[in-house]
Amino acid sequence: MKILSNWLRAYLPALKVSDRQLADDLTLRGIAVEGVFDLGSSNGSLFEMDITTNRVDAMNHYGIAREAAAIYDIPLLPLEASLPAARPAKRPFPVRIDAQDLCGRFTARVLRNVKIAPSSGEIVERFQLLEQKLIGNAVDATNFVTMAMGHPTHAFDLDKVEGAILVRRAKAGERLRLLDGTERTLVADDLVVSDEQKALALAGVMGGWDTMITPATKNILVEAAWFDPGSVRRSSRRHGLHTDASHRFERGADFAAPPIASALVSRLILAAGGEIEGELVDVVVPEFAARTIARPPISLAVGEVTRILGKTVEDQPIDAATMERYLTALGCGIQPTSGGPYTVTLPSWRLDLEREIDLIEEVARLHGYNRFSNTLPNFAGSVVELPWAAKEKMLRGKLLAAGYAEAISSTFCSATEAVTFAPQPNSYVPLGNPLSEEVGCLRSSLVPGMLTMLAHNLNREVDDLKLFEMGTIFTGNTDRVQERPSLVLGATGAAIAPHAHAEGRAYTFFDMKGVAEELLAGFVTKSSYFDTFPAASGLMPQWLYSGRAARLVADGETIGFFGQLAPQEARQRKLRQAVFVGEFDLERLYRHALREPAARELSRFPAVVRDFSFTFPDAVQWRQISSALLGLAIAEMSSMQSMEIFRGGETVSLPPGHYSILVRTVFQAQDRTLRDEEVQGWWERIIEAVRSLGGVLRS
Amino acid sequence: MPNTEIPKLEDYSPRSLDHFFLSIKASYDKEEAQCGGIPEKIEELRIRWVGRKQGHLKSIVETCLKTAPAEVKSALGVRFNQLKVHIDQALAMASSDATILSTGYTTVRAASRTADSIDITLPGIRPGLGVEHPLVRTMNEIVGIFQRMGYSVGVGPEVETDYYNFEALNFPPDHPARDTQDTLVVAKQEHKSLRDRLLLRTHTSPVQIRTMERQPPPIRIVIPGKVHRNDAADATHSPIFHQVEGLCVDENITFSDLKGTLDHAMKELFGSSVKTRFFPSFFPFTEPSADVQISCIFCGGKGCRKCKHSGWIELLGCGMVDPVVFDSVRGKQPGYDPKKISGFAFGMGVDRIAMMKYGISDIGLLYSGDMRFLEQFA
Repeated sequence: MKILSNWLRAYLPALKVSDRQLADDLTLRGIAVEGVFDLGSSNGSLFEMDITTNRVDAMNHYGIAREAAAIYDIPLLPLEASLPAARPAKRPFPVRIDAQDLCGRFTARVLRNVKIAPSSGEIVERFQLLEQKLIGNAVDATNFVTMAMGHPTHAFDLDKVEGAILVRRAKAGERLRLLDGTERTLVADDLVVSDEQKALALAGVMGGWDTMITPATKNILVEAAWFDPGSVRRSSRRHGLHTDASHRFERGADFAAPPIASALVSRLILAAGGEIEGELVDVVVPEFAARTIARPPISLAVGEVTRILGKTVEDQPIDAATMERYLTALGCGIQPTSGGPYTVTLPSWRLDLEREIDLIEEVARLHGYNRFSNTLPNFAGSVVELPWAAKEKMLRGKLLAAGYAEAISSTFCSATEAVTFAPQPNSYVPLGNPLSEEVGCLRSSLVPGMLTMLAHNLNREVDDLKLFEMGTIFTGNTDRVQERPSLVLGATGAAIAPHAHAEGRAYTFFDMKGVAEELLAGFVTKSSYFDTFPAASGLMPQWLYSGRAARLVADGETIGFFGQLAPQEARQRKLRQAVFVGEFDLERLYRHALREPAARELSRFPAVVRDFSFTFPDAVQWRQISSALLGLAIAEMSSMQSMEIFRGGETVSLPPGHYSILVRTVFQAQDRTLRDEEVQGWWERIIEAVRSLGGVLRS
Repeated sequence: MPNTEIPKLEDYSPRSLDHFFLSIKASYDKEEAQCGGIPEKIEELRIRWVGRKQGHLKSIVETCLKTAPAEVKSALGVRFNQLKVHIDQALAMASSDATILSTGYTTVRAASRTADSIDITLPGIRPGLGVEHPLVRTMNEIVGIFQRMGYSVGVGPEVETDYYNFEALNFPPDHPARDTQDTLVVAKQEHKSLRDRLLLRTHTSPVQIRTMERQPPPIRIVIPGKVHRNDAADATHSPIFHQVEGLCVDENITFSDLKGTLDHAMKELFGSSVKTRFFPSFFPFTEPSADVQISCIFCGGKGCRKCKHSGWIELLGCGMVDPVVFDSVRGKQPGYDPKKISGFAFGMGVDRIAMMKYGISDIGLLYSGDMRFLEQFA
């Protein structure tokens, strides 16, 4: 909203401060001036305002002048609304409010023999400075008054009005052509101003085409009314018409303003000629008057002001006299009751003032927030962390140490993605008003977001990536949405990029498996394993590459799935290199306690290392080999690792369908140096166990 | 086999002795370097110098001591011992290198050992650590400040009901204040009553209500979280963003306490020279409500492009908890009697703070996963 400083000054003859100072003082009291633009020599400044939705009273020049008067404690000139004497009418113009729950007040004034002409004088000057379009004296008058004192009015061509004015609900399906030229189909909840034949205007939103002022207009009916904020808002939204009038009515206009606004508009129109016929017709619905202009006073206790606001920078509470001065300047009537709280009557233009706290805010506001001291409250409670905070921190720490960068992706995905990646079939949540179809659902998995981010990087020639995201996934349906914390890993390209000192190495399934193992190792689990299922089983997610993906299970519960991305997904997303991705259910993971480290005694005796090289048929998996060796329950075997897998080559040949594996075992006892015979005994048992699996010791 | 030159000892002056022993040491070092870390050559070196039968060291010692006058023999002995220790240690090091080399791990060492010294200006081998997301980093920083002031951490769901997101926070149905928060809604809610309709929370404030419903006063809670609005994306707007919310409720909590708390927090976050100023604003769930500006962190308040030459940057919204909000939880927690307790709440945009702190010009980068962007925060 634009405000002219000179227009403000017209209401404030005693105002001495500069425009800039005025702008600052208004801003610090909640009437925010966002920009001050010098208009040159005698024109003052243009203020670009940002008025909060609760302060409709300050969305005009007079309202802001009222604030300035309160701030500087200077007089505010009354609005000049006197009118020439009216020619008597045979009977008052007939006005009836049918919808008494939607319209609180309707005033009508008849102007005869007016002259429609271009505006002149002050209106032209001010409109030009405000870059407001000039239309003609009658319409300009209504716009001018809105800008002057905030109350929207409307001028009808009286000769187009057939019979009485009725303020009523529209008939469902009733059609009304508006001033913007559009024809609207109304519903029964729309409030219209009508005559006895037809709707004339969408009440509080926009006037109608048929009764608009034209150069040929001779007689005018000036409407100044008060409409129910909710009703105006509903109509405005329903028809997508946010107008200057609707903006004000839906925020609660001044119930006392219609007669004044009507007089101001009439004065301006009559300046070019014409006369008033009859007295102002003013229909008031008492129920609305009781809720606005005749609201009961509220009580305000000085003690409450101090309890809520604390002390000023002078280390004093706000005293009673200061409080009284602020509230009076704002238009409140303030009556001390003997020894008790004040009784405060409220100004009609401040419908936002309803309760004691609203008055306390006004006191704080006018005093200036920065004139209250800065204190810290006393507190003697304990600080509680979220139950999973330490677990999340551990995971994040390990992932960062492992070289994964944290990323945050979109919360949304397409319906196709929601279906493809949902952990349970058809368990996903569509949005009612998505930004676009591609983001029409809440993500049922973090995987699509991760794939989008990997693709984003690959498309920018960044080929070596290790990313993770921790976030919420949404499953269920539109009636019941489940939110679960989830972790996704995504990687592609080099696990170790080549550099001057070494060759690089590509990221593989086992890199991701290693991370999964590290993460799980942070928790207490009784047993955990990785397994996989054929594609046909339906037990693996279809977005993973069958045969190159695994499931992680801890204490009988699936924690997550990971592996290489399925070729069809990679093709669809035009991912031009192998991508690895995995998602882990943090809710399940967090059910496990964090592992508390426990130190054991270190042996003082030397360790013995023994390497074995076996040949196995391909059908024998490492899991079988390791369980066979661990199954021997050799207490002194302190470690057992697979060091090398070999599938034959130029120098050494293996039977087809076989592979060779180097296993390194380490033996160590807590209480003695191991004897050769002991180690030899274990060696033989190991070879025996391996043989039973079909393994052959290579020489 | 290289020919080891043994220098001549001219006389027994300290200077001559120094020269003599340094020369021997240099010869050894040179030969060791020539081995190139290859295990077989190092073994040859060892035998050549300290072998029991034909080791150089032994023959030098024998030759020298034979001819030396009795009075210098003990001094010579000490020097020979030092030389022996040096060679033994060097050999131990070289052969341990050799062991590593033999396992085939270290092209690195092989490459640099071929010369007398390594090119220390070659780049180091960086272990490739991950990078904390700037939003997570900023959020943790803010949350940490309030934790140190006695605030516990709280969270709530991202999909909320209309009741928690709006109604309980004093946004009545059909109220213009709802316009400021374009809401993304879950599909197919029309059959439900307004208060039960599901939407994506537009702010973290619903967690205030959820926390008070669960827990009687006093409360000090800080609430980090993700929020969504139906905003078209541009450089400063994103439909997804993050907030940190705070709530403090107790007896005798005042507007001065709110001011002091946020002033302290902003000084912690941006440095002790930062000033704050408060001015009236409007939020349905606080009264009085305030916007908080900090003195521009770029120009110190003198005025620059970043602060639009005002010297101030608007950073957060706050206010005293509106009594209506207390009333909405009193059914479940009678302790929230607005005549007995009071409180303040505040909320700030994490994205904006992160963008300001790190000079990020486009909010979309925060949600892109762009590695070129992320790796700057390493």
